[in-house]
Amino acid sequence: MDLNYGAEYDDFRKDVQAFCKEYQGVSFKSESNDNEMSDALSGSSVNKKAAKEVTRSEWQKILIEKGFIARAIPKEYGGYGGETDIIKSRIIATEFSKAKVPGGMGGQGIDMLVPTLLEWGTEEQKQQYIRPTLHGEMIWCQGYSEPNAGSDLASLQTKAELIDGNWVINGQKIWTSTAQYSQMMFCLVRTEPEASKHAGISFILIPMETPGIEIRPLVDMTLKAGFNEVFFDDVTVPEENIVAKRGEGWSVANSVLGHERGSLADPNATMNRLNTLINMMKEQTIDGRRLIDIPSYRDRLMQVQGKVMASQAHSLRLLSSKINPGQNVKLGGMIQKLVGTELRHELEGLAIDVLGEIGTLYEDSPYLKEDGSFQFTYMYFLGLIIGGGTNQIQKNIISERGLGMPKEPKVTEAS
Amino acid sequence: MFFGLSEEQEQFHDYVKKFLTDNVTVDEIRKIASGEDVALQQEIYGGLINLGINALLVPEEHGGLGADLLSAVAVAQGLGAGVGPIPFAGAYVMAPIALNLAGSEAQKKKYLSQIVSNETKFGVGLSEYVAAREDAGIDLSGDKANGKALFVIDGDEADYFLLANKGGVLFLVDAKDQGVEVTKLTSVDKTRSYLELTLKNVIAEVLPESEKNPEIAKKVLDAGRIIFAADSLGASESMIEKAVSYAKERKQFNRVIGSFQAVKHMCAEMASDLEPCYAMLWQAAHSFDHSPEEARLQACQAKSHISEVAKMVSKKATEVHGGMGFTDLLGLHYWFKRIGLNRQLLGGPELIREEAAEIQGFNQ
Ligand SMILES: Cc1cc2nc3c(=O)[nH]c(=O)nc-3n(C[C@H](O)[C@H](O)[C@H](O)COP(=O)(O)OP(=O)(O)OC[C@H]3O[C@@H](n4cnc5c(N)ncnc54)[C@H](O)[C@@H]3O)c2cc1C
Repeated sequence: MDLNYGAEYDDFRKDVQAFCKEYQGVSFKSESNDNEMSDALSGSSVNKKAAKEVTRSEWQKILIEKGFIARAIPKEYGGYGGETDIIKSRIIATEFSKAKVPGGMGGQGIDMLVPTLLEWGTEEQKQQYIRPTLHGEMIWCQGYSEPNAGSDLASLQTKAELIDGNWVINGQKIWTSTAQYSQMMFCLVRTEPEASKHAGISFILIPMETPGIEIRPLVDMTLKAGFNEVFFDDVTVPEENIVAKRGEGWSVANSVLGHERGSLADPNATMNRLNTLINMMKEQTIDGRRLIDIPSYRDRLMQVQGKVMASQAHSLRLLSSKINPGQNVKLGGMIQKLVGTELRHELEGLAIDVLGEIGTLYEDSPYLKEDGSFQFTYMYFLGLIIGGGTNQIQKNIISERGLGMPKEPKVTEAS
Repeated sequence: MFFGLSEEQEQFHDYVKKFLTDNVTVDEIRKIASGEDVALQQEIYGGLINLGINALLVPEEHGGLGADLLSAVAVAQGLGAGVGPIPFAGAYVMAPIALNLAGSEAQKKKYLSQIVSNETKFGVGLSEYVAAREDAGIDLSGDKANGKALFVIDGDEADYFLLANKGGVLFLVDAKDQGVEVTKLTSVDKTRSYLELTLKNVIAEVLPESEKNPEIAKKVLDAGRIIFAADSLGASESMIEKAVSYAKERKQFNRVIGSFQAVKHMCAEMASDLEPCYAMLWQAAHSFDHSPEEARLQACQAKSHISEVAKMVSKKATEVHGGMGFTDLLGLHYWFKRIGLNRQLLGGPELIREEAAEIQGFNQ
């Protein structure tokens, strides 16, 4: 066991700390009113009376220039052009989180599409899409799920036909997060109807302004329109908008699913939320007694803290396995989405319980604590328990690929 | 940076686990548990002593290996995995740590080298220090001890007992002292011994540093808790392995039961709840030696969290085996009971979580 990153990282940590100090309390010029909630999700807190105001996109550029994000992405595509260094990434994440300085943008473009293009894209595609995506100027949505293809994603039916050098797309997607704000969609479509289920799928990039696309927002349980239905009626895009070859879409999509699952429950954010909860339990009272002085609440808090500490330590072990080849933590990576989303949901739920009736308030009551973010995040994480491959599907994956248990026998005729 | 057991620690762990799998079948555990085969138990004990588990935590200057707590954790995981029917947490972890931290130079010289040669064996009773039940409790005045110590561990063949009063003063009593009355307590876990001591005007040999510094007793307690957490983690790991392999073989409705989702999901839940416990445990053990400011909280949380996960695993793994899981025939219950005992020793999860809160200044 050696928890030192090595002296060569001390200077780097100091640089990051100095940066965080300089930008402590930075806030975003209001572009959309979703910022507050997304801060609660990431566990950062943005000072509303802050001196420094930037747009999200300006912030992205500052972070890239410093190499705090897009570190290993080549300069020619708008990245920092450095080496992958996961210890540095870890230091950045930890220091930003400690100082509560907001990190870079996430989202499906940056987290999923960029790694996909780096692995599978043509030179033209990389040149065209990566830079604006990294700079927050091109927002992407992920068009995978369909009404009849959720967990069983490979049964998707939206089809694309190659006609006169163009893909002509017809069908419907659903649960498409942020489609209404997006410039582009990366989409799974069926291009080879004759081929088997998995071999008939291709990965296509679609500008959202293309005629024939209709977006209908769907309000979710948080009462925000977090996702949408997207309809395609003879939507036509150029042949070169395909990523990889025809029929390779399933492999393309799977190669980056891990990125999404890993990013769904960041342990640093969970730790920050735990600290927010602890502070709140020290401040709020019932009959003059601090919430933290009530033994049953305190015991639940300590239980959640135990789980948070375990997952923090676990993320260090995963980090270690990436820099020390031969350290085997196969199962360790597979459990992250399941364990992380369930824990976060439990933590936010505990905050609601200790607040009692106050915990049920929402949106704009004068008695709201932490802007009502506990209720919002409690519900939001139920969404993440379902999205990104449901937690039941995660258990299938853990038992089959992690523990080597047999697959479900196929049912020939569905009833 | 490397987070995990070193190659050497890994080997230590694998050796203990394999030694027990190869030499201690369930039939043999049963014979040991019923007291039928004392010779066999001695043989196993001897085998593990040959490996040096007794010398692990004794500093090199006293002839030991001078290893850190993480190495003892690696051993304890292996012992839990194979329900090793031998003394460890008290005799070879808490006792040497207490002697080393609180003993006078003369005491260290005498006793630590005797632990290495295994001439002298220590039973350990800190229950009165952690949470004295009614009828129990120890009075220490001058060099005389009176009272009753319950739930003394590793004491079957002990030459000395390491005890503490409520104030955390650590002391030794000689098992041969006329005022020491030893009664065996029967627990569900018959792979380890459990004693009651009645002390009447017994000579107490105080470990002097523990009088000056009450943190030492806490440190000894932390070590014990981490080791019991490690034992439960090892036992849980074995129970999951057994459940998964049984599920791959047992057939019902013309299918192996491992293809039923209800069964797969129980296995996935056990595995995914246990997995982060490794890192939590190792971090706590590492902090014990290298980051004292974080060590107490981590030790408390590791003991209570791992006890909870282990309890869940012991239940679900039994269920996966169906009726067979409930039988003595399969002997899965030895692991179940091992986890059950570890959970309560040196404080159950609720008590320890209160302590964790106190360490952070939460309960005023
Ligand atoms: C907040 C949120 C955001 C989302 N964003 C996007 C997005 O941007 N783009 C996108 O393409 N999709 C998105 N999704 C869709 C998401 O991927 C699907 O909801 C998810 O894969 C489940 O599919 P489904 O909703 O059709 O449920 P179903 O597949 O119908 O599942 C219903 C229930 O059956 C269970 N079930 C199904 N199959 C199995 C099985 N084999 N074993 C055991 N249990 C099973 C499920 O676990 C679940 O409990 C989002 C979903 C949510 C909640």
